[in-house]
Amino acid sequence: MSEVKFSKEHEWISLEGDVATIGITKHATEMLGDIVFVELPEKGSNVEKDGTAGVVESTKSASDVYTPVSGEVMDTNQAIVDDPSKINEDPEGSAWFFKLKMKDNSELDSLMNSEEYEKFSKESSS
Amino acid sequence: METKKTSLNNLHQRNQAKFVEFAGYEMPIQYSKGIIEEHKFTRKHSGIFDVSHMGQLFIYGGENLTIELEKIFPLDLKNLKQNSSKYSFLMNEEAGIYDDLIITKIEEGYLIILNAACKENDFQILSKLLGGNFKMILENERALVALQGPRSVEILNSVLNGVEKLNFMTGKWIDFKNQRLFVTRSGYTGEDGFEISILNNFAEEFTQKLIDKGAQLIGLGARDTLRLEAGLCLYGHELDINKTPIEANLKWAISKERLSNGGFVGSEKIMNQIQGGTSQIRVGIKPEGRLIAREKTKIFKGTDKQIGEITSGTFGPSINRPIAMGYVDKEFSKIDTKIFLEVRGKKYPANICELPFYKKNYVKGVN
Repeated sequence: MSEVKFSKEHEWISLEGDVATIGITKHATEMLGDIVFVELPEKGSNVEKDGTAGVVESTKSASDVYTPVSGEVMDTNQAIVDDPSKINEDPEGSAWFFKLKMKDNSELDSLMNSEEYEKFSKESSS
Repeated sequence: METKKTSLNNLHQRNQAKFVEFAGYEMPIQYSKGIIEEHKFTRKHSGIFDVSHMGQLFIYGGENLTIELEKIFPLDLKNLKQNSSKYSFLMNEEAGIYDDLIITKIEEGYLIILNAACKENDFQILSKLLGGNFKMILENERALVALQGPRSVEILNSVLNGVEKLNFMTGKWIDFKNQRLFVTRSGYTGEDGFEISILNNFAEEFTQKLIDKGAQLIGLGARDTLRLEAGLCLYGHELDINKTPIEANLKWAISKERLSNGGFVGSEKIMNQIQGGTSQIRVGIKPEGRLIAREKTKIFKGTDKQIGEITSGTFGPSINRPIAMGYVDKEFSKIDTKIFLEVRGKKYPANICELPFYKKNYVKGVN
């Protein structure tokens, strides 16, 4: 598996071939609190870089989920729809959101690596 | 205006509170365990809530005060026993609600617990209505701590011996280290519990004792999910100046004795609405599936007829499903009426349901 990259909207993305797996970061779940609802994009639909591709709701509020890259939705994670608390438990592992067939691999270039993201998330929460 | 802090602020910080501003106060929204665990802990064990931001209004006076307050509140205060509490409202002439409150008859007069965001305005209104004839003190030297949940009685009794004998919606003065605490058996979570009025200087020490006995601090986030599961109204959401107690389905809180004769502020409107009905009424709503419909979500009958609006909506941790309250046109307020909720541009099915969502566990008649 390739290096994991991160967006300013607190999504993570990992690439295998031209299929990207996308989820939200641990830092995002800590800011959101207990997640109780998630809505994912439809399989087969196309999503655009930085466009909305779902919703997460915590006990407190609703937030949009953005996709850090463009592509066609190949798969979505039904397990987190059925039990959204899994997102708080393992956000950067089993609780991935959706898989995309990427259109343009150069879109990854603008994203952060884990060191950069760690610094970014610390600054944005202080 | 600078954000105010309660006397428990340091305690909150030491317990990793996340703070929000609420009604001009820096208040804990949650602690490290999060809203769902805090909610469940309260239902199972005993949760401590800092509600010191709420108003504690002492009004001193005798029989004349009772007579004057009956001109304001829709309560039978003459027959209210000393140390007994009632839920009520401060209304305008149109029965619009300025605030909802708990009023307790005490030896020296009355103690009224007011919402934080409303307390200053309430004080002005009540001062005017009472014409400056009675001593009124909106306390700022006292904290208010709520202890809620099934284990609260044993925990509090081990600190303040004798509270187990209190019935729900009664209170009394209790001595604690040479000072007087006013303790009521009451709360706003649907659980058995207590509210303790204590001088600021002693509040932290006292609250720490409750923690040492096994109770845990709970934030405003869980307070909201708890009260919503219990079907209880929150001012600024279910209740405001444009809604009446009858529309809010709170007729039960108006003393029967007062419904026949009126004579309180807003009584004409109340009687008219009881006779002629209201166009809208507060209901409980269960969205199908896991969808959460927040405040201001539009409610539809069929696909294009708007019949109302959600006033509070969240996920109910103890019943493990989304819940909401709102107002709908009366003809669509029957239990099991199928409705639609418009969320993010799409309409989702939901049903009108009975309140509360979670059965209340008040302890009545212990002596």
